[in-house]
Amino acid sequence: MGMRGKVLGLTGDEAVAYAIKQVEPDVVAAYPITPQTIIVERISEYVANGEIKTEYIAVESEHSAMSACIGAAAVGARAFTATASAGLAFMWETLYIAASCRLPIVMAIVNRALSAPINIHCDHSDSMGARDSGWIQIYCENSQEAYDAAIQAWKIAEHPDVLLPVMFCLDGFVLSHTLENVHTLPDEDVKEFIGERKFVKVRSHEGREVPFVLDPENPITIGPLDLYDFYFEHKRQQVEAMKNAKKVIVDVGREYGKISGREYGLLEPYKLESAEVAIVGLGSTMGTAKVVVDKLREKGRKVGLLKIRAFRPFPYEEVIKELEHVEVIGVLDRSLSFGAQGGPLFLEIRSAFYDFERRPLISNYVYGLGGRDMPPDLIMQIFDDLEKIKEKGRVDVLLKFIGLRE
Amino acid sequence: MSGEKLSLKDLARKRDLLAPGHRLCAGCGAAIVARLVMKATRGPTIVACATGCLEVATTIFPYTAWRVPWIHSAFENVASTASGIEAGLKALKRAGKLKYDHVDVIAFGGDGATYDIGFQAISGAFERGHDILYVLYDNEAYMNTGIQRSGGTPKYASTTTSPAGKVIPGKLELKKPISHIMVAHRIPYVATASPAYPLDLMRKVRRGLEVEGPAFIHILAPCPRGWRFDPRYTIEMARLAVQTCVFPLWEAENGKYKLTGVSRSIARNPKMKKPVEEYLKRQGRFRHLFTPENRHLVDEIQKIVDEEWNWLLKMCQLS
Amino acid sequence: MTERLPGWRDIPIGGVAFKPSEEYKTGDWRVFRPVLNKEKCNRCYLCHFYCPEGAIKVLDTGDIEIDYDYCKGCLICVNECPRGALESVQE
Repeated sequence: MGMRGKVLGLTGDEAVAYAIKQVEPDVVAAYPITPQTIIVERISEYVANGEIKTEYIAVESEHSAMSACIGAAAVGARAFTATASAGLAFMWETLYIAASCRLPIVMAIVNRALSAPINIHCDHSDSMGARDSGWIQIYCENSQEAYDAAIQAWKIAEHPDVLLPVMFCLDGFVLSHTLENVHTLPDEDVKEFIGERKFVKVRSHEGREVPFVLDPENPITIGPLDLYDFYFEHKRQQVEAMKNAKKVIVDVGREYGKISGREYGLLEPYKLESAEVAIVGLGSTMGTAKVVVDKLREKGRKVGLLKIRAFRPFPYEEVIKELEHVEVIGVLDRSLSFGAQGGPLFLEIRSAFYDFERRPLISNYVYGLGGRDMPPDLIMQIFDDLEKIKEKGRVDVLLKFIGLRE
Repeated sequence: MSGEKLSLKDLARKRDLLAPGHRLCAGCGAAIVARLVMKATRGPTIVACATGCLEVATTIFPYTAWRVPWIHSAFENVASTASGIEAGLKALKRAGKLKYDHVDVIAFGGDGATYDIGFQAISGAFERGHDILYVLYDNEAYMNTGIQRSGGTPKYASTTTSPAGKVIPGKLELKKPISHIMVAHRIPYVATASPAYPLDLMRKVRRGLEVEGPAFIHILAPCPRGWRFDPRYTIEMARLAVQTCVFPLWEAENGKYKLTGVSRSIARNPKMKKPVEEYLKRQGRFRHLFTPENRHLVDEIQKIVDEEWNWLLKMCQLS
Repeated sequence: MTERLPGWRDIPIGGVAFKPSEEYKTGDWRVFRPVLNKEKCNRCYLCHFYCPEGAIKVLDTGDIEIDYDYCKGCLICVNECPRGALESVQE
């Protein structure tokens, strides 16, 4: 059912661009950066050929890309942008503003390492650095997931209980430039699924309940000077919105399953039943890891995998539910938090288990920085290591670097 | 489309779109500028504001002084925020989702936001040709953070980061010729204005809204605190700046320069041009120039002003 | 502060301001007050345009009225009035 769409051979970037074409946002404001370029090139072509009526703003920087999205979203338009690495870093200030102004902007992040030295290949330091900006973060394993996220993101962002911007992340080159078969939906199904953007009501300074949008008939002020009397309260509202997002991501993922046959949640367990050791990770590496799990399972080894899809909001309870029976957990991080005990994902997972009565052994494996390859045999080594930890009953080295030359 | 004829009598009865109760300083030039600009609007209007005096003092949460839809995003991005607003409105109109025939978009930036940190965003927005009016209210330093020098601070002015010291007599660099740079962007309308001449200012704002494409209006906004003068003299300073040709009034439509108002009269009757000293000596930020050893610096300023004025006359083909 | 401020559930989202600035009276900043001599006023309205506060209103009758709730006492109007119709008086 609902499988009326075409199967297209698309790279990850093309899959995103194709989904955005079907969504047809009012405004796309973007600045080209490797490996995101294909997305903005394709969208520009769609606009140039009259396939979509989107207003494409070829801004002069990523800072202006997000700023233009803020302006467009504030006036009631649907706004999309895409970036990577330095581009996301350059947007930093405005990321927080977009989220704090509660503007449902959607952005594709094509994950790429941060300078210096300059590197164009994949790791997650760019988006992981933005994890506290107030954006919802969804990580994709393959082009299909990127396509699907590019559609679901709008429904999540614009939900009245959420009203937060969404970034969905796909690995640079590994996904962005690699051709895959992608099941697409018919245009009309996408349009119907997304619907029209609606606006919640807010109390304006004129004492009326008015739509939360810049409208000359119902003036509101967005982005005032907010000092110690109310700033904290505004942050608390964002906490609540992020909490609400958990349910909305699941609801939207389920609804999307009905029209596409592909249901999504906050995370994806893989062969975790009766698993004694498991790895937790996100992004394209999880595809390779699933193959490794299959191989090891064939050999009778009790291994499994948990893929995190939503990193913000982070699904603490769900993680515990999936992993409560696992004895040793290996967390895979494709970015660093210099000076911390481990990578960003490790810190979340370890923290999640603090209040759990039976704490599993948890070890951190940082891999793939600057595009360093993560072939199956390295993942195999991690499982070997996890089983060794299980035998010893303790973690000797908390943080290990995988694929690094000593 | 040419607009209705504006008159002070009519405009005086128009409801202010910047309400009282804002907390800009007594005698603030920027407040006068913003009021006058908003008086000259012609219909549905959305305002975007860069971080700065005007932004912080008019929207101290939970209060706001703006009777139009208003957004502040950041310091350096008001031109790109306004670009997004304009593009969003355009797209919504095309999709039949806009209930207005047209909505004007005005961006306000101070000199910090315009000459310095937001310069790139303005240049980009103007190159792309967005139909926005950018208003620069120029108080010639970072007044909001405590009078630090900007690219718009005039030569030899003393600020907290270009203080007049024992060795260095204030800011050593020239004021950036921002409006001429904007003319060079080949946008349809650029003008300068002074709050001392409200009708000239409001006519220019209206013209800036009427043209299709980007418009830039550079308005001098004397700052009693930063320039060190009694608040009652704000308009006097704004007037002296024009009368001395430190800040001439002109407009350039499609790149064609034309003097307006008092500046036009001075061009016709050069005797009307007052010496810069009359302007400088009234302000504490130039006080250090009026010592025997620094006297030549006043002469230097006069020379610079004369040269720039003559250049402008040439541009207006009036010399 | 004696006024109890609303909690996070009771204020609009997104930092949308919910009070007009008119509720904040700036008149108590004033040290000197401008006082209008109606006889001398010729209704040029320059004071109205020069007022940073919008505190000098033009009434339907065409008369000028100073709103002391907001006048901060900068005295630009006193300095600029071409007819000398405004004078400053210490509060």
